[in-house]
Amino acid sequence: MAKDITAAEFEADVLTSSKPVLVDFWAEWCGPCRMVSPIVDQIGEEHGAKLDVVKLNVDNEPSIAMKYGITGIPALLVFKDGDVVKSIVGAKPKAALEADLAAFIN
Amino acid sequence: MRDVIIIGSGPAGYTAGIYTARAGLKPLLIASSVEAGGELMKTTEVENFPGFPEGLQGPELMAHFQAQAERFGTEILMDDVIEVDLTGDVKIVKTGLGETFEAKTVILATGAAYRELGLPREKELSGRGVSWCATCDGFFFREKQIAVVGGGDSAMEEANFLTRFGQKVTLIHRRDTFKASKIMADRALNNPKIEVIYNTEVVELLGETNLTGLKLRNTVDGTESQLDVDGLFIAVGNDPRVWLVENQVKLTAEKFIEVEGRSSKTSLPGVFAAGDVIDPTYRQAITAAGSGCVAALDAEHYLNNH
Repeated sequence: MAKDITAAEFEADVLTSSKPVLVDFWAEWCGPCRMVSPIVDQIGEEHGAKLDVVKLNVDNEPSIAMKYGITGIPALLVFKDGDVVKSIVGAKPKAALEADLAAFIN
Repeated sequence: MRDVIIIGSGPAGYTAGIYTARAGLKPLLIASSVEAGGELMKTTEVENFPGFPEGLQGPELMAHFQAQAERFGTEILMDDVIEVDLTGDVKIVKTGLGETFEAKTVILATGAAYRELGLPREKELSGRGVSWCATCDGFFFREKQIAVVGGGDSAMEEANFLTRFGQKVTLIHRRDTFKASKIMADRALNNPKIEVIYNTEVVELLGETNLTGLKLRNTVDGTESQLDVDGLFIAVGNDPRVWLVENQVKLTAEKFIEVEGRSSKTSLPGVFAAGDVIDPTYRQAITAAGSGCVAALDAEHYLNNH
């Protein structure tokens, strides 16, 4: 399962990571987040060599969500060299997510 | 080969599951990977579903539906149907994860998907101030300015719900009266944090990376104005989800699946349809559930005669 990170870990785990990192912004009360969460875990397991996958609870860490202008979850952001290079909003089936993430996992 | 495959997991799909399972037909219900439970998963309090006098949360109601379907042996698959061939005696159903199933009958309960306003940049600003789900995204608009567009029950519910978060909620409707039920409309009209703007439509979404405002046009005299908002919640209705079958079963002029009379029979033998995908008029959880029951009984009858 993908690690739930804190704001304090964001810099080391995401911004300065040598690999691209997929961050799943989620919350307990968000139904679609619960649906997409296991799919995000699978993507992390299957493509871990190329893409790190972490989760960030927006209830616990609102500052990060605010910083990146997130107003809807689930939001899946890919960070590369500290920048957002891909932004996916809303729950999607696995095949659709893999297609969106093709540049980072193939 | 299976007797019944049910596509969809809202009230219609699960009710069809309960009835066909109790009839010993061992149904397979393909629920979707990320939208299982359907539209009610996005609602909060459901007050009008009979049998629950105190009301209950939408997701909780759907968990009950699922548990009841499973109790009698409905097999539930959390996958998406991506292709079907319903034209022959053997119905073929393919899923996103690469499985292919065959069945003698199929019940289509694919529901309806939210409608977009059709404005430029609507997709781009989705998740950047534009939303279709107040329960998912309201949290991000604490003490912010929010607008809701629509005039039905969903718009009233969203507007009321969003007053928990927003400083003010502006409800924008293109006509001069609401289509919503009286109880829902009254709640919105009596809510001091909601301001209603009638006879007005949204014509442009403003803002660079995030939504900052709306350009509005009065539908009576054409005057334009601007409203500063941080969030726009769109609740202008739903369209039946028919892309999977539109080249195989007959649709109505409004693009719903056409059924024969009061039955669930589509233009193809052995193919039945239920719920919001056939219903341009009522579209309630309870009517969808009733319709799922009709489809299950029709499928059972068909299997007995074939």
